Amino acid sequence: MTEQELITNIETAPETQEYFINMGPQHPSTHGVLRLLLTLDGEIIKKVEPHLGYIHRSIEKMCEKDSYQQIVHLTDRMDYLSCHMNNEAVCLCVENGLQLEIPERVKVIRTIISELTRLSSHQLWWGVMGMDLGAITTFLYGFRDRELITDIFEETCGARLTMNYNVPGGVMFDIHPNFQKRTKDFITYFRKKLPEYDELLTGNVIFTERTKDIGYLSKEDAISYGVTGPSGRASGFACDVRKRFPYSAYDRVEFKEIIYTEGDCFARYKARIDEMWESMKIIEQLIDNIPEGEHKAKTKAVIKLPEGEYYQRVETARGELGVYIVSDNKKSPYRVKFRSPGFSNLSALDTMARGNKIADLVATMSTLDLVIPDIDR
Amino acid sequence: MDNENLKNIITSVIPECEFSADESQFLNVIVKPEEFRKLAEFLRYDPETQMDYLFCMTAIDWTTHFFTIYHLTSSLKNFTVVIKVKITDRENPNIDTVCDIWKTAEFHEREVYDLFGIKFNNHPDLRRILLEDDWVGYPLRKDYKDEINIVEL
Repeated sequence: MTEQELITNIETAPETQEYFINMGPQHPSTHGVLRLLLTLDGEIIKKVEPHLGYIHRSIEKMCEKDSYQQIVHLTDRMDYLSCHMNNEAVCLCVENGLQLEIPERVKVIRTIISELTRLSSHQLWWGVMGMDLGAITTFLYGFRDRELITDIFEETCGARLTMNYNVPGGVMFDIHPNFQKRTKDFITYFRKKLPEYDELLTGNVIFTERTKDIGYLSKEDAISYGVTGPSGRASGFACDVRKRFPYSAYDRVEFKEIIYTEGDCFARYKARIDEMWESMKIIEQLIDNIPEGEHKAKTKAVIKLPEGEYYQRVETARGELGVYIVSDNKKSPYRVKFRSPGFSNLSALDTMARGNKIADLVATMSTLDLVIPDIDR
Repeated sequence: MDNENLKNIITSVIPECEFSADESQFLNVIVKPEEFRKLAEFLRYDPETQMDYLFCMTAIDWTTHFFTIYHLTSSLKNFTVVIKVKITDRENPNIDTVCDIWKTAEFHEREVYDLFGIKFNNHPDLRRILLEDDWVGYPLRKDYKDEINIVEL
């Protein structure tokens, strides 16, 4: 074909038309019930419009009727993969309101369990992310290693997923006699296994092709959208609450805040892998130095917070969780707001996905690590 | 910068604002709806404050009036301010949007509209976000009654 013929061919080619596709609410890569309404031109994404609320339970309204001890249990059901941190956020907020002195032992135990929770959450994310991109092996590896952490939780907290280990004033029971040994065994084991994760995925050409320069989020957008956690830090936004506003025992441990500046899917992936190394470092520093003492400060059976407003933030596996309690000196709060990290992270999905292909949306969503109950609350 | 400096800066922009810092760990500013947009723009773009991170946005119903509450901080500097906008009109509560200043407000304002019924002027896509489109009433208002879905204890 001559050049002239080619030009005529393009000019007479049929015009493309934008069309819509529903992704979800039962799509496997949304990991729950989230519906995305995609506007497409061919395979290119023009717009992503999330439709949420399929499992909205109005936890904030329920809190207005419950006592402070009961609220703690509801927060497990938001981000079930970082349930311990959610509990901790409410407990810290209530303790802050009561001006309660917390035993040192409690602070250290809470920090260790938080980091174990973060590890298990990232392991699950890693396994599921590989599966989203077509690698079943990662799913099995991730769950194999996560099992060991849930076993530790089962022994100490009595449950494997929604542990409910925190209560205002401390933790529900003292740690199990085996806790320290098993945790140390696990860290030794996982230090050998984590390089395997790298071998499987990080250096894999197919994987890097599908994640590098995909789903780009600039630092300005990350801050403006309030994207926090490893997703925000992969865009260069230094938002680690553990560093900026240390709580529990984070002020006495050394760890690095993982920051990448690329802002693509691969950077978000790397940020989480590196965070697992840091979590292990934190646990190793604390596990042999758990102070002796009580596992719970004495609190009244009916907790009444003094009139006022209390805000507490913690770093969950997904980002910054804020708990905002307004009290009018009754036994249940006047208003509770949970600033969930998933809700804000999801709002940036449209910006990240525009211009990419529809298959890249799966990678983008996986690296955002969305947990739907956390978004819907 | 400490809270005193911040107070002076805010008073220079909005002379008629109220402060209440005693009952909370942050500096609280109470402004009127018509002055809010001006304060928000100032705090975001002024080189001295540069509050680029809206980390929590919500509302509260005090039965006689609403507050929309904005927790603001800066990613470059270390201070936090809480803006509360007092809306006394319960029949038709409305306030200017800030979703062009902080993009996260787009979703959060939709959530507040969904659960409190506060309208945000100039919002590009103000629809219910968590509840269905045909839901009647605004659940987080204190006078909300729902005999079917809410179990009273």
